[in-house]
Amino acid sequence: MTALTLGEVERRRLSEAEARVDQAKRSSAARQQRTRWTLVAPALIVVGLFGIGPLLIMLLYSFLEPGTYGGVRWEFSTDAYVQFLFERDLFDETKLLFTDSYLLIVGRSILLAFVTTIICLILGYPTAYFMATRPASQRNFWVFLITLPFWTNLLIRTYAMFVILRDDGIINNALLNMGLISSPIPIMFTDYAITIGLLYAFLPLMVLPLYASLEKLDFRLVEAGFDLYASRGSVLRRIIVPLSKPGIVAGCILVFIPAIGAYVTPTLMGGGKQLMIGNLIALQFQGARNWPFGAALALILMLVVLIALLFYTRNATRQQAALHG
Amino acid sequence: MASVAASAPERRRRRFDLRKQPGFGFMAALCLLVLYAPIMVLIAYSFNETRSVSQWQGFSLDWYVKAFANKEIQEAAWNSLQIALVATVIATVCATMAALATTRTRPWRGMTTSYMVVNLPLMVPEIVTAIATLIFFALLYAALGISFGIGNLMIAHAVFCVPFAYLPIRARLEDMDRTLEQAAADLYATPWQTFRRVTLPLMMPGVTAGATLAFVVSFDDFTITLMLAGPGQTTLPIYIWTSLRRGISPEINAMSSILLVISVILVTASFLLGRRRK
Amino acid sequence: MAADDAIETIGLTKVFGQGGDSVRALDDVSLTIRANEFFTLLGPSGCGKTTLLRLVAGFELPTAGDILLEGESVVHLPPNHRPVNTVFQSYALFPHMSVAKNIAFGLEMRGLDRKEVDRTVEEMLTLVKMEAMAGRRPAQLSGGQQQRVALARALANHPKVLLLDEPLSALDLKLRQGMRVELKALQKRTGITFVFVTHDQEEALTMSDRMAVMSNGRVQQLGAALEIYERPVNRFVADFIGDTNFLVAEVSGRSNGLVRCRAAGLEVDATPIGQPSPGQRVTLALRPEKIVLRRGGQQGRVVHAMYIGTDTNYDVELADRTKLNVRVQNALDGGAGYRVGDAVGIEVPPGAARMLED
Repeated sequence: MTALTLGEVERRRLSEAEARVDQAKRSSAARQQRTRWTLVAPALIVVGLFGIGPLLIMLLYSFLEPGTYGGVRWEFSTDAYVQFLFERDLFDETKLLFTDSYLLIVGRSILLAFVTTIICLILGYPTAYFMATRPASQRNFWVFLITLPFWTNLLIRTYAMFVILRDDGIINNALLNMGLISSPIPIMFTDYAITIGLLYAFLPLMVLPLYASLEKLDFRLVEAGFDLYASRGSVLRRIIVPLSKPGIVAGCILVFIPAIGAYVTPTLMGGGKQLMIGNLIALQFQGARNWPFGAALALILMLVVLIALLFYTRNATRQQAALHG
Repeated sequence: MASVAASAPERRRRRFDLRKQPGFGFMAALCLLVLYAPIMVLIAYSFNETRSVSQWQGFSLDWYVKAFANKEIQEAAWNSLQIALVATVIATVCATMAALATTRTRPWRGMTTSYMVVNLPLMVPEIVTAIATLIFFALLYAALGISFGIGNLMIAHAVFCVPFAYLPIRARLEDMDRTLEQAAADLYATPWQTFRRVTLPLMMPGVTAGATLAFVVSFDDFTITLMLAGPGQTTLPIYIWTSLRRGISPEINAMSSILLVISVILVTASFLLGRRRK
Repeated sequence: MAADDAIETIGLTKVFGQGGDSVRALDDVSLTIRANEFFTLLGPSGCGKTTLLRLVAGFELPTAGDILLEGESVVHLPPNHRPVNTVFQSYALFPHMSVAKNIAFGLEMRGLDRKEVDRTVEEMLTLVKMEAMAGRRPAQLSGGQQQRVALARALANHPKVLLLDEPLSALDLKLRQGMRVELKALQKRTGITFVFVTHDQEEALTMSDRMAVMSNGRVQQLGAALEIYERPVNRFVADFIGDTNFLVAEVSGRSNGLVRCRAAGLEVDATPIGQPSPGQRVTLALRPEKIVLRRGGQQGRVVHAMYIGTDTNYDVELADRTKLNVRVQNALDGGAGYRVGDAVGIEVPPGAARMLED
């Protein structure tokens, strides 16, 4: 039971104790903060200095003049950005003519990335659903199977696809031998080939977030749907798909972003004839030797990526609000 | 009670599995086929006796032998290995420390930023990272005369390996029972002793899984290495690339198969290590 | 504060969270735990008993108040500087160390030399009868065995106080009952002060020298088991411990130091609190086993009877529809028992009912 009154001595001792507690709390908090900053420091330095730093320098370079043999001349100029949309008239340096060649490339990249995303979604959603409805013991194994190709070398994987699809490749040879076609189908070096390559490269990135979302699905809601006379198709369309929307959005972003910035796939599968932004950028640092332009292009690519990411986070927060609001 | 014998051919009642969607299993199988068929074909043809990569002639290990004997391949393999090892060590140390600071703790000022910085390399398309790093090291050399040689590649790899090492370590830490560390403190351990005797040993599987993943990612990297590598800094993927430009050859198939197998083994190991222990 | 007090808390308060979301887990708790006693903190979940334990162990710092260990204030010290050890509810055995290593941990942390450590570990293993398991890992042990190791690990350090956070809750009934006896014996043997947290009143009643019944962050009553059971001070304690009937009664007078009340057609001489005046409405607590039933009376009617071996539980409806829970020992009744529908007379011996604080 509480003492009825604390004497003066006891009261003073109590406030001294409480002061010591406050001191302990403060020094512990300070120590914790110091430890935390020390712990993140290496990662921040490594990624900050050698990851973010280069990006900033790239930004800087996009406002410089190209050097004669690659590299840059240190003169401020917005030429790189201008070059993206305009080209100088051959006979009158001051006149600018609008050119759409680069825009076309950006457009193609966005289109191909978009188509890839859609196909990945169509292929990946049933797969993810199937995986999520396997017995719990099997699921990890499925995840492992689907993820494994993603961790292997992208160049090799794309090469493998290249070998299969080329004019002298397995598919064409098989079709020829079976007499179904009379001459090889020239898939290679077309936009179709690039799309197939992209799809092959990034399919696991669609399946995984979809699976994560579907695994958490409360199947009692599906039960309720059936209870209310819905068919399998309706249940799928009106219950399962809407509920897995976060996974769908995540998967689409995860495929779209690397797809739009792809380099290996369009190079191998497009043979240098069909350019995507990635090829165009790389070109500036190889043959074309226009570093500022390459930097500008990279920034434009980052812009597109940022817009996509913004779209994703806004969608995600809207989902949260809808669920908990 | 109806006698069992009387109900003649027992009608098999198909249980209504509310989860089943028609055709989805087929799609999943198709997916797996699409994902694995090309790789399987490649590996199969690496054993092909003739030079052709599209017509099967007979089984042979010739190309593997040729590949192993090739001096350029040996050098490329050594470069790949060096870079991957150094990058893995740097990335794993950074990632482990960062994970300790950002997991199992109440949000602190700067935690979200740290988390975003650590995972930044995942958000940036590879080609952008590649040229940005190229520009960076070019500037470093032009302005300050500093170049680390193959160290440039090691650093660049370390940067994008950090998030790959970070994620498994973080997962493992979050799974860990916090009361264990309380128990250690209760038993007179200082914070450092608690870390060394309890936290670290229990965290190790995650660290190993993360390191393995980082190694695979570095070993397999192509785009960034391509942009950055100078003469004498060829890695295996770069070697395969340059060979490809010269034309398809079965040595490439053999090389590729070896790389594939290495990746598979390492990723399987990482996966098994990172598995939740009951 | 007496010289042999192991723990004293003074005005201990702990608030979690801030502003509108804050939770007052402990509210101005001052109590004393004597040396060498088996002290229990009893209460429903959320009452603050675990918070109190954690504050004593040092895992949390209080919002206000002080904690004295053998007269010295330890409230600001981190847990590794307090001479107390804890047995956790989940045992918290280090999964990557053997049983022997687990037990040795605290000793190694304190820097004792190898021989001493080994000797103590062996001693502890014998104490909890786990000699054969020294090399095993915790995952290979059963729940009961893990618990013994947790005990041994804590006791190995000869702490001034041993804190036990619901250590028996994960065990099945037979094991739990066995462990109660063993724990009590262990406490007597080692002479260490045990502070035991539980929500199981039977555990508290059987094991404790003294116990504190807690609710809503406050100590409702502190005392020996008999005291708490026979003389609950308020409604919560009376309701939480055992079964109780609550009667609203009107004071009609005094008689022999007891207060005479009328409740639901019964005349009851109850133990008073303070000086109630005639006409005052009071709440009485009445234990079911203290009520005597008589055949042929008209004060109540049996509406439910449940036979439980040693006793029979009756629900008896009174004149004003109040239901009384009555427990009759079958042996005393000659086994005849009452049936549903029987009219019975109800007798409440003087002093059996107690007034409660409002």
